[in-house]
Parts: sequence; C-alpha cells; structure tokens
Amino acid sequence: MIAKGTIGGRTGQWETVIGLEVHAQVISKAKLFSGAPTDFGAEPNTQVSPVDAAFPGMLPVINRSCVEQAVKTGLGLGAEIRLESVFDRKNYFYPDLPPGYQISQYQQPVVGRGCVVLDMPDGTAREIGITRLHLEQDAGKSLHDQHPNLTYVDLNRAGVALMEIVSEPDLRSAEESGVYLRKLRSILRYLGTCDGNMEEGSLRCDCNVSVRRPGEPYGTRCEIKNLNSIRYVMQAIEYEARRQIEIIEEGGTIAQQTRLFDVGRGITRPMRSKEEAHDYRYFPDPDLLPLVLDPEWVERLRAELPELPDAKKARFVSDYGLSADDAGVLVAEKETALFFERVAAGRDPKAAANWVMGNLFGALNRLGVGIDRSPVSAEGLGSLLDLIADGTISGRLAKDVFAEMVASGSNPAAIVEAKGLRQVTDEGAIAAVIDSVLAAQADKVAEYRAGRDKLYGFFVGQVMRATQGKANPTLVNEMLKKKLAAL
Amino acid sequence: MKDPSLLALTLAQARDGLARKSFSARELARAYNEAVSEIEPLNAYITPTPERALAMAEATDQRLARDEALPLDGIPIAVKDLYCTKGVLTTAASHILDGFHPPYESTVTDKLWQSGAVMLGKANLDEFAMGSSNTTSYYGPVENPWRHRPERQIGDNRPLVPGGSSGGSAAAVAARAALAATGTDTGGSIRQPASFCGIVGLKPTYGRCSRWGVVAYASSLDHPGPMTRTVRDAAILLRAMSGHDPRDSTSAPVAVPNFEAALTGDIRGLRIGIPREYRADGMSGEIETLWQQGVEWLRAAGAEPVDISLPMTKYALPTYYIIAPAEASSNLARYDGVRFGLRVEGNSLDEMYELTRAAGFGAEVRRRVLIGTYVLSAGYYDAYYLKAQRVRTLITRDFVTAFERVDCILAPTAPSAAFAIGEKTDDPIAMYLNDVFTVPPSLAGLPAISVPAGLSGDGLPLGLQIIGRAFDEETVLRAAEVLESAAQFRHLPSFVAGGGR
Amino acid sequence: MALDKATVAQIAALARIRLSEAELEPLADELLHILTWMEQLNEVDTSGVAPMASVAATGLPMREDLVTDRSCRDEILANAPRTARGFFVVPKVVE
Repeated sequence: MIAKGTIGGRTGQWETVIGLEVHAQVISKAKLFSGAPTDFGAEPNTQVSPVDAAFPGMLPVINRSCVEQAVKTGLGLGAEIRLESVFDRKNYFYPDLPPGYQISQYQQPVVGRGCVVLDMPDGTAREIGITRLHLEQDAGKSLHDQHPNLTYVDLNRAGVALMEIVSEPDLRSAEESGVYLRKLRSILRYLGTCDGNMEEGSLRCDCNVSVRRPGEPYGTRCEIKNLNSIRYVMQAIEYEARRQIEIIEEGGTIAQQTRLFDVGRGITRPMRSKEEAHDYRYFPDPDLLPLVLDPEWVERLRAELPELPDAKKARFVSDYGLSADDAGVLVAEKETALFFERVAAGRDPKAAANWVMGNLFGALNRLGVGIDRSPVSAEGLGSLLDLIADGTISGRLAKDVFAEMVASGSNPAAIVEAKGLRQVTDEGAIAAVIDSVLAAQADKVAEYRAGRDKLYGFFVGQVMRATQGKANPTLVNEMLKKKLAAL
Repeated sequence: MKDPSLLALTLAQARDGLARKSFSARELARAYNEAVSEIEPLNAYITPTPERALAMAEATDQRLARDEALPLDGIPIAVKDLYCTKGVLTTAASHILDGFHPPYESTVTDKLWQSGAVMLGKANLDEFAMGSSNTTSYYGPVENPWRHRPERQIGDNRPLVPGGSSGGSAAAVAARAALAATGTDTGGSIRQPASFCGIVGLKPTYGRCSRWGVVAYASSLDHPGPMTRTVRDAAILLRAMSGHDPRDSTSAPVAVPNFEAALTGDIRGLRIGIPREYRADGMSGEIETLWQQGVEWLRAAGAEPVDISLPMTKYALPTYYIIAPAEASSNLARYDGVRFGLRVEGNSLDEMYELTRAAGFGAEVRRRVLIGTYVLSAGYYDAYYLKAQRVRTLITRDFVTAFERVDCILAPTAPSAAFAIGEKTDDPIAMYLNDVFTVPPSLAGLPAISVPAGLSGDGLPLGLQIIGRAFDEETVLRAAEVLESAAQFRHLPSFVAGGGR
Repeated sequence: MALDKATVAQIAALARIRLSEAELEPLADELLHILTWMEQLNEVDTSGVAPMASVAATGLPMREDLVTDRSCRDEILANAPRTARGFFVVPKVVE
C-alpha cells in the first residue's frame, strides 16, 4: 500500500520535501527606495531613477506604501509583525544590479512566522508554515538573446519592491505546492498587495526540493530558480524529486546546487555559471536606519484588512448554506465572491451559486475573460434569477435568455419580452395543450395506461414543444398527472 | 593681478564689500579666476570653471543692483570634486570616473548656488576621499602652499602635503585661490588638511549637511562641511550648507540655527574638557605646548578647563579602519564600467569588471576595498565588523559621559605639522596615524572644528580642535572664535595668489 | 590569523579587482600587517554592547508613494561607455 504523498522508488518509498520562496511584486506607484514609476511593459530604461541606476552619491528613501503592503500581507498570513526590522545589503556583482548590492532584509525581517491553510481536493485541510516575509529590491532585466556576444540590460524593474515570502519545508508534493501557490496568490490579490500575475513576472517562485525516507532527517536540497508558472513549478518538482531519488538509489549523493527548469525539455539542470560559494557579506545598510513601526498603525491596518478567503468561505458555508467545495470555488477570487454575493442578496443562494459556477463560468471560459470583464453583470444575473423565481420564465428557457445576455449585453426582462419567452401559466391554456397532445398521441396514451411509465416524459416533452418551451413545468406536471390519472 | 587686496578679504568682509558696492561680484570672480590660474603649480584644482564663475557673478551683480542679495551672493567657492555638480566633470579624483558628468546637483552645492555663491571649480582630493595627504589622486598630488622655511635644512625643499583627503580645498583657501571651499570629513579629511594649511575646517554633526549627491566613501561617517579662513566664515558657510534633506535618510530632521549669531565672543563659565588620552606617546613637544597654550587662552577668556578621560581613544583608529573600508567596499561596487566612467573591455563580464576596477582604482582605494571585503566576509564579519561597531558604541559612550561634565573638548587636530610628499608612504599605518585625534569624534558623529593656532618650529601651521555635543555647533563655533582671537594667527603661506600681504 | 596569497586572490575575486600573480604576495603582507594592527580591538570587552550601525537616533523616515522621478532615458544612458537601442551593453553572461 503506497503511503499517501510518497513516491515509489526502486528501493522503497520516498518522501519529497519542498519549501517555496515566492517573490511577489508589491503593488505601488513608485519603487521601494526611489521615486521612479513601476508600470509594466515600458520602453527600456525609461523608468529608471539615478538612485536605481546607482549613480554616484545617490541614496535610498523607503516608500511608506510598500511597507504598508508588506505589513498587510503579514497580517493576512496570520504572521508576527516585527515592530523593528533592519535593511541589509546583499553584495554581489551582476549587470542588472547596478549598485553591486541588493537592499534586502537578512537577520531581522519585517514579518516573522505565519501560516497558510490549504484546502486539498480530497477535502482535507493542510497547514503550511510561513517562516518569514521581508521586503527587498527587484533587479533589472538582463537580455542574453539579443546578440551573440553581448547582454543587454534594462533597469526599469531595478528597485521595484518585492516581498519575499518563505514557506517552511512543509510541502510534500507537487500537487500541494500548486495548491499552496494558488492560495497564496489568492490571499495577495484579496489584500491588494500583489496582482499575482505570473506571466508578467509579478509572482515568481524558487523551489527547494529534497527527498528522504519517511521518518528520516532532511536530505540535501537543490534550489530551482525563477519558475514563472504554477504548472512549471509542479513539473519541476516532480522531475527533480525523481532525479534525486534515482541518484540516491544508484548509490550516489545529492550535490547541493542551484538549478534552472528547462521548459522545453521538462528537466532541471544546474546553472552554468561558476559554482563559487556566494559570500554575500550581508551588513546593515548604512544609508538607512532601522525600520520602526508604530504598533497603533499596525493595529489600524489589521482592522482595515478585507475579509480573507478562509473567513469568507466559512461565512458562505454558514450564512448561505453552501457546501465547502462550492464556497471554496466562489472565494478563490475576491471579485468572484463579490459578484456571487451581489447575485445572492435576497435570493436563493444555492441557485445563485449554481448559475455563477455553471453558466457564468462556462461563458467566461469560452470568451477567455475574467469576471472583471463579464458581459453579464451581477445585477443582470440577479434579475434573471428573479424572473425564474417569480415564474416569468422556466429554468430551461432561462439558459437561452442567459446566452442572449452574454451575446448582446441586454437585460433579461427585455430579452424575454422581445423573444416572447414569457412562461405560460394560464391553466386553461395548458389544459388545452395537454388535451390536444393526449388526443394526438392516443396510441401512446394507451401504452402508458398499459404500464409504460417512461412515456410520461414523452408527453411532457410534447407539451413543452407545443408551447415553445414556455409552459410552466410545475403546472404541466400537476395537470398532466391529473389528466392521465383521470383517463 | 588687478586688485590682489580683493583676495585678502574674508568671506564676511567680501559679503559686506559687495553689499556696500565697494566692488562688483564680477571683479571678485575675475580676481579669483586669476588666482586659480596663478596657483596652478599647487595642483589644487582638477577642473577650474572660470566661465561659469563669471556667469554666476554676473547674476549676482544683477541681484545686487535690485537690492535682492542672497546670503552668499558673489562668494567664490571651490568645490571638492567629490560633490556631484550638474553638467560639470566630477571625478572623485579617480580614473574610474573618467568623463562622468552628473545629470544632477548635490543638495549641498545646490544650496550654495541657490544662496548666490559662485563656483570657481572642482578641487583636488585623495581618490574617493581615502587618504590624509592628497597624494593618492589620479590627477596628481596637491602641494601645500606652505613650504619649508629655507633656513631649516639645506637642500630640503621637498614640497609638503596639504593633508587629506580635502587637500585641494584646503590648499586653495590657504593660497587665496578660493574664498572658501566645501570639503568632506570621514576620519578627519576636513580638519587635518585645515590644520596642515593653516585654515579653519569644520566637520558638522553627522546628518547636519545632506550627503545626497556626494560620492559616498563610508556612509555612516561621511560629513560634508565648510573650509574657510575664519571661524565666522565657517559659521556663515555652514548655515548655507545645512538643512534636512528628505532625499537622504540619514539627514537629521533638525532646524538650522543662525550659526553666525552664536559668535558672541563670550565663553565665561564654559567647561572645556581636556582628554588625557589625547596625550599620545611620542606626541611632539610643540603640539603639547600649543595645546597647553590653547587651554590658557580659553581659561583667560573665562572658560573652565576640566580633566576628562576618553578611555577608548586608542581603539578609535582600528575601529575606523574596519568600518570605513567595509562600507567603502560596498559603496564602490557600483564602479564597474557599465553605466558611467572607465570601461576596460574583457572577454567575459567578470573579466570586464576585474580589469576595469584594477585599472580604475589606485593603490590606496584598492587596499581599502580589499580590507573592507575581507572584514565583511563570511567567518570574519563577527570578529571584525561587528566587533568594531560595538567598540564604536563604547567610543560614543565615552563622549556622552564626558559631556555630562563639560560643554566642549579641546584637543590637538593632528599629531604633526605637514610632512613632505613621499614621506609616510611605505607603511599605510603610518599614514592612518595622522587621524588619531580626528577619528574619535567622526565615529561618534560629533561636531568638531580645527582652528589654526600656531606655527611649528619649522614654521608650519598647527591647528587645535574643539569638539562639541551633537548639534551644538554653536558652542563649538563660539569657543573656536575665542581661540582664534587669542591665537591671532596672521601668518600666510609662502605661496599665495596675488603675492599675499 | 593567516592571510596567504590564495586568500588574497579570493578576496580580490569577490571584489572583482584583477590582481597579477606578482601583486599577490606583497598585498598579502600589506593586508596582514593592517589586519594584525586591527587585532588590538580584541583587548576591548564588548560583551553586552550593541553594535552601532548609525549615529542617527531616529527610525527610518518614509516617503509617500508618489512618482517623483521621471528621468528621461537619455540622461540615464548619457554617461554609459556602451549602449544599444536604449539598453546598457555588457559582455554576455551565460547562465
């Protein structure tokens, strides 16, 4: 019996141990220590302050909003906020690091231990520890593919604020790692501290992967750097775990290395640069002073935090009676949860949930847009649900109305009128249709009375066809049953 | 030279002369431009800016005509070539900054130009402010306008050092080829050259003057400050240079007093600390004598000398020479041939870095960068850097304790008078020992001034230093002016622009 | 404490300063001399003493989240030894 979460090797079971370091770009107008802008996609070197370019005599001044974002994120991770923290210089040479050092936080980060709860697909919850969160500068971009012998350097990104969020080595599989990243991203987006856009590079992940026999001490780990999609993270972890297991089972040892994920070949490989031991010579940045936070300011930020996914999910379950799974889907994105609540207000929450998760998500997927660009507004969907609830249209026709709402952006009431889709609830009219159907299908009626109960559905279908689907199904059922029984 | 007597005026006198319209700013600038040319053999300037000086003087004259004089209007100033001056070559006296024209102006010099001052040019210095002799500049050494008295030693007419690192600034002011100058003081680089050149040099409290736009050497120790002929001039210039700068996180958020108004001449009841540990072994007799003389002068003016102890004094030099190189090794990492300055091409990126920096840095800079890298490196950080920062706390505590019993401290500035160019170059530590009296207040961030107090047996200037409480430049200046009045140091160097009278 | 040529070479590599073979030994001596002189700090009892990173006594001042610097690219590139199409240019780095 294979233990849950382990990998089978030739010589037995192996446990994968994973720690993730996520670099999240902070949402702010200006950079962490300079007044240059942070917009994505600008022409090279057009968003660079002399401070970012490390010109002689330039000095850093910290952006209050970036500090706020880091503290809010720490609070959102249930983490300890350190009222006094220090910025250190991490010294190394690279062309996209103009000063020859990165301003980061080494020994005294602004945020300490916290925790993220994962809702696994099998319904269990896993707690993943957060070791720390600190603020640091992003580097510029080096382009190695523009010229055979030259590297081109763009400093637009140099100095943008990053939060480095380090997890405890509590993750045990690629799947868990994917869930963790999705959850973390969700929390960051809820807080508005990072947009979590991995394609644009606002969220990057380094993975530390090692393997061990269950119960034994940690093995040597390798770091896989700069993964920019959750899919790649998972692929890289799976490959790396297998690679390490194979080595050990062949009698080898794991060399502690920094590796890159080769997307094309689906493998990890060591970085080609000289593997000199990095001596970063950390020391407190003498151009800065210790960051001292006012505890009252921190408490105000705590009080102003938005409701986060876990709390919102619990509330959806208790207040709306949704299943944990459904609630989980609806709270994954703040905008979705908001949309849902606007639809559900004063209406049947389960119906609202079904329509959002089913019809709306389906339409959005087909169109390839997010809920923020939904052609159907929450108000619109709510009106549609009202029309169903008050019997104006049937549930089945409502689907057609919805499709029309998506295509044209019109409101449901107008569509119903324009297409004449109002449900027929006139008992007399329905009775007449039923009579004519039963009369036209006399032979089938005879079979039904002889015991072929399945034909009931056929009769319903005929009535609905005769009324272009507009007959109120409940009334049809009531009356059809009566009429058949009376025959 | 049209009117050499213009060069004899102090800043305060020139300011008054311009106000009274005894002469124009243009005349003053012209006289100083000529002086700059005249003292060319001293190599005090790297980049004279005579046209700019005249243009700025022109603007002053227009303001004066409208009676809209700014506080430093028309005052010709030499700027240590460590301050970035927009559009003007800024070298830090290093090969590695070849061709660097900053697109920005340092906060301090911007304040000077906003006050109407006139820029004569960029003054020479030790490379990256590392040195006590101005012999490490890529642009050649600066000569002290003071020469040996010919009678002293037959055949010994070696030129003398002006001190460092602000050697060019000191030489220019002393030789009357600048009315005043800006310097920076990290371990003594304003005070020691002031002492060697017979002028006044003030290191303000750390954070009093902004470091924004000043090429960084050691961030926690760099202090921009004034170098002038008189204490009053220093007070005037300091006021113009000072002020909180939101672009410098270490800039002190304190108001700028009217330092000139503090020069009341009254130091009755002032308690003057005399630190026994500054009486270094092997200190020359004449320095000891001058120091005693200083005590007497102040006592005669009503001050009260008090014996104090600063027990950590002897550890100040090694502490400084760990911390400063450590910070410098990191601050100088940006000089890599990528975005400005010298580039030596290489086959790889690292080769380019290595060749550029080997070619671009002089021997002393290289020495300090290597020491700094070493003391920060893994395994040594605790033993050196952290240890030094702890000792620094103790050194600062010494002063805090002393200032419970005294209001300021009187000490020598340097352990000797100016020495010959070429001396003390065999052993770096011999050069470092020049800073023994100036380094402690640097480590503690306290204001300190050097005032020319007398001549050595060789006829060379000797300075005395007054150290004060943090942000109490007023007391320091007040006591310094009394010392200056008592000392009556009227001597001029042998080489003075305009012939010197 | 040892400061041999290999160590000097290592430090120089960390600091990205090329030293010739001939320079290693004299530099090693020189640096050793300076470092030995610094060892006198070991005489000082610093137990319980906090390191002083700055004489400034206040906490880190913060600035508002405003874009205050819209430097134009020409200014940023003007002093560069080598540029191309708006980029800084260096010998290629292989990762």
